[in-house]
Amino acid sequence: MILKELAEAIGVSGNEDAVRKIIADAVRDHVDELRSDTIGNLFAVKKARGKGNGLKVMIAAHMDEVGLMITGFDSSGGLRFRSVGGIDDRVLPGKLLLVGPDKIPGVIGVKPVHLLKEDEGKQVVKMDSLVIDIGASSKEEAEKLVKVGQAAAFATRYRKAGRTVTGKAFDDRAGCAALVELLRGERFPFELHGVFTVQEEVGLRGAQVAASAVEPDCAFALEGTVCDDLPKDQDVSPTTELGKGPAISLMDRSVFADRRLVDHLIATAERLGIPYQFKQPGVGGTGAGAIARSKSGAPSVPVSVPCRFIHSPVARLSLDDFENTVRLMRESLKRLTPDVLKRAA
Amino acid sequence: MKELIKKLTEAYGPSGYEDQIRQLIREEIRGYADEIRTDPLGSLIALKRGNGKGKKVMLAAHMDEIGVMVTHIDEKGFCRFAPIGGVFPLTLLGGRVVFGNGVPGVIGMERKQLEPGKTPSLNQFFVDVGASDKPSCPVKVGDAAGFSRSFEDLGDRLVAKTMDDRIGCAILIEAVRQLRRSPHEVYFVFTVQEEATLAGARTSAYGVNPDMALAVDVTGTGDTPESNHMAVSLGEGPAIKVKDSGMVAHGGVKDLMVRRAEGARLPYQLEVLTAGTTDAMAIQMVREGIPSGCLSVPCRYIHSPSEMVDYGDVQNAVKLLLAILGKPIEL
Repeated sequence: MILKELAEAIGVSGNEDAVRKIIADAVRDHVDELRSDTIGNLFAVKKARGKGNGLKVMIAAHMDEVGLMITGFDSSGGLRFRSVGGIDDRVLPGKLLLVGPDKIPGVIGVKPVHLLKEDEGKQVVKMDSLVIDIGASSKEEAEKLVKVGQAAAFATRYRKAGRTVTGKAFDDRAGCAALVELLRGERFPFELHGVFTVQEEVGLRGAQVAASAVEPDCAFALEGTVCDDLPKDQDVSPTTELGKGPAISLMDRSVFADRRLVDHLIATAERLGIPYQFKQPGVGGTGAGAIARSKSGAPSVPVSVPCRFIHSPVARLSLDDFENTVRLMRESLKRLTPDVLKRAA
Repeated sequence: MKELIKKLTEAYGPSGYEDQIRQLIREEIRGYADEIRTDPLGSLIALKRGNGKGKKVMLAAHMDEIGVMVTHIDEKGFCRFAPIGGVFPLTLLGGRVVFGNGVPGVIGMERKQLEPGKTPSLNQFFVDVGASDKPSCPVKVGDAAGFSRSFEDLGDRLVAKTMDDRIGCAILIEAVRQLRRSPHEVYFVFTVQEEATLAGARTSAYGVNPDMALAVDVTGTGDTPESNHMAVSLGEGPAIKVKDSGMVAHGGVKDLMVRRAEGARLPYQLEVLTAGTTDAMAIQMVREGIPSGCLSVPCRYIHSPSEMVDYGDVQNAVKLLLAILGKPIEL
């Protein structure tokens, strides 16, 4: 199952090679062109069925995950680190990581509860006071196993529980898996540029470069997004909800989703009875923002699989949501014509 | 020109939802341009050709206004929102908004956790459209609203919401109508999404690829009680931007604007704005770089529902723009 393989692969921003290889192998026989650019984006081009309707459509999903980068060593063989992408300090203590290309297991150790002083248990320990223990007993020993600049990712395995799954990096391996499914299917009435981008978590960088190269007429960004739907005291928005279907973004910190594309997605969902929801406006940012602003502009919209607990070691998503995201995208793309982008004025 | 300003400022068009205002502007410039098109993100571009011997000039005024977008409707039908662009809490309480479908709303505020002496944050506000529960609420998550306030003519001074930047749009419209015999190929661009991301300015400039660009937008003043230091006042002429918080105006462009103002004996002020920027910032950085400046209309109470400009400044801004476009451009 491609989502499992992708979620368990390690690809912290800037080090996406392993993920790229899995994806390239998965789509190679289903696309007409497969190439990488200098920054590491993977472009998979699926030519149109027949002559095509003239549109050039880009779909982006990012290969990178948030993680840690080794910045140095302490005298007793522990690894100092910093975050790559947004990580809350509080999710780190006590976690198991896989460090470097050799995937050396490392533990971010915590003081046992027996030794905690009264106030210590109440404070948040900041990242720069934490250390990864790889079992080395000296700095010299550690330096032989790991180098400064290498990445560390959470060691979480993918697990299934009924119709939901838990794992790491669903942001955005869920988007990558969805795009792989679309590329492995039938041709669309236009030329499809599936782009697996790099470095989204540190500034939408891969998407910016890729959009400039592709110059699409319109674009979709497939994501794994915030889902904060567990019960709360206050009546506030959960951003998205598990089980309510793919989440269409209207506005986030990076982009105004193009209303013509949003309306097309809604019309398709309504006609075919595919569940969908709107992501709470104003939260987060995606490659769609970088694509919208590229060159003379490209109307764009983010479509996301809701994932509880993203940017932490373990996230949960619904396979129904994942499958409905693929279905909504496939059916919307099948019906995507230049008329959709026509304006009244 | 006051009728035009009234029509433009009262129109609906939060960033990302500019269809209505674009329609209106299209109607106002119909017949005055050689070519009118809408670009991929929605900016409206009107071209007036020159005699082939001049430069390619882009003028930019943004159509969009600040507003709010519904993020959540609670069980009782109150609407929580996210800001579209720079919305300041102090301008909100008791204010009125209007949604794209015409539904009006009132902005209310949580009272319970108010700390005395502290400005409430945006998430302590909500919009009340008079609904009694969630299912019967006439607006939904994602709907966008702008301030709702009527234009007032105080004689020399004009007050309206969204002078930022419908006054710039009005100036461009007047210039399209009045410009004759310019050597230059002039692109009048009414941009989208300035208040949020400057996306419209950046992408339209990429498409037009001009030799020089001028944004026409509002700027602040230093002439109200206990205001921050700023050497710009209402009634002393349009302002020629030297620098703002996003860009330094191209020296050649700025000097050209000064020369044309002095040549035409028009009043003008030099402007340094410490907080805020315009489309010019984004345009400047497009492709290999585009020499850019900004013609500013001094404006009090920016980003409030009651922005005030001086009508003389506005008329002189039109004259200055025509003086710049009517003569050669050497930077």
